[in-house]
This record gives sequence, structure tokens and C-alpha cells, in this order.
Amino acid sequence: MSLWPLSIRALRCWLTVYRRIWRSGIWSSVLGPVCYLGALGFGLGSLVDRHSTASLGGVPYLAFVAPAILASGAMNSAMNQASYPVFGSIKWNKIYLVAQASPLRPGDIFRGHLMFMAMRIAMNAAVVIVIMWAFGSVRSAWVALAYPAAVLTGLAFAAPIAAWAVTVKLETSFGYVFRFVMMPLMLFSGTFFPLSQLPAGLRALAYATPLWHGVALCRAFSLGTAPGDPLGMLGHAAYLTVLAAAGTWAGTRTYRRRLYV
Amino acid sequence: MSYSPANVDQVLEGSGNEVLVRARGLTKKFGSFTAVEGIDFDLYRGEAFGFLGPNGAGKSSTMRMIGCVSPPTSGELSILGRDPVRDGSAIRARLGVVPQDDTLDVELTVRENLLVYGRYFGLPRHVIRERTAALLDFVQLADRAKDKVDPLSGGLKRRLTIARSLINEPEILILDEPTTGLDPQARHVVWDRLFRLKQRGVTLILTTHYMDEAEQLCDRLVVMDHGRFAAEGSPRDLIARYCSPEVLELRFGPALHETAADKLKDFSAERTEVLADRILLYVTDGDAALAAVRAAGLEPLTSLVRRGTLEDVFLRLTGRRLED
Repeated sequence: MSLWPLSIRALRCWLTVYRRIWRSGIWSSVLGPVCYLGALGFGLGSLVDRHSTASLGGVPYLAFVAPAILASGAMNSAMNQASYPVFGSIKWNKIYLVAQASPLRPGDIFRGHLMFMAMRIAMNAAVVIVIMWAFGSVRSAWVALAYPAAVLTGLAFAAPIAAWAVTVKLETSFGYVFRFVMMPLMLFSGTFFPLSQLPAGLRALAYATPLWHGVALCRAFSLGTAPGDPLGMLGHAAYLTVLAAAGTWAGTRTYRRRLYV
Repeated sequence: MSYSPANVDQVLEGSGNEVLVRARGLTKKFGSFTAVEGIDFDLYRGEAFGFLGPNGAGKSSTMRMIGCVSPPTSGELSILGRDPVRDGSAIRARLGVVPQDDTLDVELTVRENLLVYGRYFGLPRHVIRERTAALLDFVQLADRAKDKVDPLSGGLKRRLTIARSLINEPEILILDEPTTGLDPQARHVVWDRLFRLKQRGVTLILTTHYMDEAEQLCDRLVVMDHGRFAAEGSPRDLIARYCSPEVLELRFGPALHETAADKLKDFSAERTEVLADRILLYVTDGDAALAAVRAAGLEPLTSLVRRGTLEDVFLRLTGRRLED
């Protein structure tokens, strides 16, 4: 049996469940970006723009920060999709344990769920891009590529997190990741201020984090600076792709180890 | 211990004696703990086979191995003639599983639960729809098809879980403690449905620690203890082999309990068991034994003559100790 058809069966299960619950999530996915762009872009942005915006690349703060909201939003929805839902599929609603009794193998169960996560990340990213556009923060038609870039950023987080989440025994572990991994990444990945503002040591650290690559990619497409640095773009995309692929590879193994005891 | 009692052929008459599950030296270890220790068995098409045993005896581990979700540590296991590690997916396509805990999706309706499950087996929507109607009829849930699962009672949920496990028309149905936690009415409905499935030729493999359930449903059973088979046979075989035809239960009251127990030790029963409140004599003829007890000058406060049961066998083989 080939790899994908069985995974699609798992995905369809998630779609059926999602059809029941999508209404409850739709407003938070709109409200979040509206608040961020409103507060940072207009509020903070009006202060920043009074001074020199040279370090931002000479663009208004709203245009600078909006693509970062897009990339970090993708990271956040990846974390939300890949943490508790994965854990709960073993401990709470036991979706994995049900699927396990069918022809689906652990790898199918993983890939099916990952496809659903990708779909949810893509849906949220689409909402953010529409709101970015409505706020007037999009500066280039290249923004069309910021969309797949954001989804790729989400997958670079979702796959490894899911691969780890399936092995988690206590749900409190997720709180630590939210506080000590996601939050620092969100603040220090060139999201709200350019990395040039950081001391050199921290800057090197930030360059190594996946979110910085996602932010850099989305920003270059949103501002239209991407064509000037094709190699840099490829580098960012390659970094994120490797992370997503490694997570997918690891997940197939961790799921098997966790489900086939 | 390999097993092929004389009356298996009678039990399995008409089944063609096709072996569906075959295990030799089947072993499952978790680290240094051995859950299942080198068991041998053959399960035949059309029979109802029970794994009995106290908690922690290795029943569920065995069931998970048969369900192809737990690779054996060593030994041979073949299910439907195939290797569960290499062909797990293809084997599971022909199995039905009723897990110990209900794993229904409570946010979905009764019908949606079957739809989602049917899709796992790659069934087209119209097939799932037809089978869902028939299965909900079968478990008497047709009028709840559009209801959410959450408010259903334990008995209804269990029946729904059974209906779900049948969506792929399995040849083997694996049930892990199918009636644990159900009230007596609900248990009898479940037994009735399982009996009908057996009549239709579905092979049943179940675990239970209810002796009445084993007697009701199983053609053959094994008593498991510490990962091994302590005994195997039909319920009647086991009673004949490990118990006596009748059991005489005597109560003397706290004052006389120990003296009576002392005197009855040398009594000519097959076996005597002294419990906290009563004394059990395993005998061939209960009334005759009671007369003999009285003739010996012992007058019990109450006495009861009953037939030997599977529960007596179970307690004899696995002891009265409490574990886990």
C-alpha cells in the first residue's frame, strides 16, 4: 500500500470533526491579527515612524511588522494544532487509538493529522494576509509568495512539535514550550524590531532560529525586496523545508513507538 | 502447553477447523516485565474464545498483539494466515475491535462516528450509509442515529462501539471486557447481540473477568495468570477438571467458625476451603455431604448446596489474593 491514500483517510476524519467545531475558532483567528496590526502597526507604529525608519529598510513600521505577524501567527497556529490536539488524540478523545484499530498505520495517522494541521495553518495565514491587505500594509504583489512561505514556516514548527507531542506524558510540558520557546522566538526573531538592534551574540542566536527565517522570507515577499536576494530566499526556504522534513521523518518514528507498544 | 481437547471437534463442527489465529511461544515483554510468557494457542473460525484472568494477567497484551497494534517480543503469531508485523494493515482490515474503554467521538453524532470509522477502512460513502442503517438496527440504536454520542448511557455507547467495530464486516471480532461497567440489563443486551454475531459465523475473541459472561458466550476459554495459561478448555471441561460437581457452603457463625473448620479439615471432601465467613466443601454429592457433616455433630447456621461453577475454577487457579 502506498503512503498517501491511507493518510488521506486520517485527514478526512479530522475534516469531519472540524466541520462540527469550526465556528468556535473562526473569530479568534480574525481577532488576533486585527488586534496585533492595530496596536503595533497604528499604535506603536505612529511613534516609530516619527523617527528614522532607516533600520526598518525605510518602510513604515506597519509594513515592517505585518509580515512578521503573519510568520509568527503561523508558528502559533502550528503550536496550537500540534500540541494539545496530538496529546488529546491519545489521552482524551483517543482519535489515534480508534484509527489504530483500522488499516491505518502510525505513519498514516501522523501524516493525516499533519495535513490537517497544514490546512488549518493555511486557513489562518490566509485570514492574516487579507487583514494585512485591508490595513494597507502590503507593498508588493510578491506577497502572493508570502502565503506559501508562511505555511512552510508553520509546517517547520508543526511537524517537529507533533513528533515530540505524541511522546509527551504530562500535558504541563506544553506550558513550558509555550513560555520558554515560543515566547522568546516571538519576541527575538526580528519580528517587532530588526535584529540589527540586538547585541552581536544574541543576533547570531536569532539567525539560527526557524522563526527568523520565516519572518525574513515573509517580509521580503511582502515588501517586494525578495527579487534582490534570490539566494537568501532559497536559503531561508531550504532551512524551513529541512526542518519540516526532519519533523515528518521523526514523527513517523515517534508515532510508531508511541502507538505500537 | 498446547491444547486440543477431544470435544473441540464437536464444538467446531461445520467450521472446517480453519485456524484463524495461531500462536507458538508468544511472548510480550515491557522492559524487564514479562506480560505474556510463551503461550500457545489455535483459534478456529466460528468459535467464541475467551481469555479469563485477573487484572495484569496478560489478557489485554495478548489482545493487542492479536489486534496487530503491539509487536510480539518473541515467538510466532499468525493471524488470518499472515504476519501481524509485516501485514498488520491488511490484517486489521479484516478485524473488528471493541476496546475496553469507549473511544467514541462524543462531539459527533451516532451516525458520524460510523462514517468516520468506515472511512478509515476506505469504504465508499454509500456502502457506509447502508451498513450504518443495518448495524444501528442490529444494536437497536436506529432511533438515536442523529443524536450526539455524549449523552448516551454506558450501555448504548457500548452497543454503538460494537456497531462501529462491525462496519468493515470483520471475520474476527476482538472484544476487551465487553460488558465491564454495564448494568445487568445492558449486559444481557450485549450478550444477546454477541451471540447473534456468533450465529452468523463471526469469530469472537474476548477477555473478561466475569465468569457468567465466559459461561454464556465462550465455546472455549483459557484462564491466564502471570502471563501464562493456567488452564484451557470448554467451560464444562474446566469445571469437571478443576472443580467438583457440587459445592457445599456452610456458615457456623463467628463463635464456632474455627472449631468447625478444624473438624472439617479431615472430612472426606475433594477439597475444603475456609473463608472468613464460611467454609466451602467441594464434593460430588452436596446433600450427602451435608448429612455427613450433621452426623459428625456439626450443626451449621445456614447451608447451601450448589453446582460447581467457573468462578470456583477461576478462584482455585488464580487464588483469592488481590493484585494490582
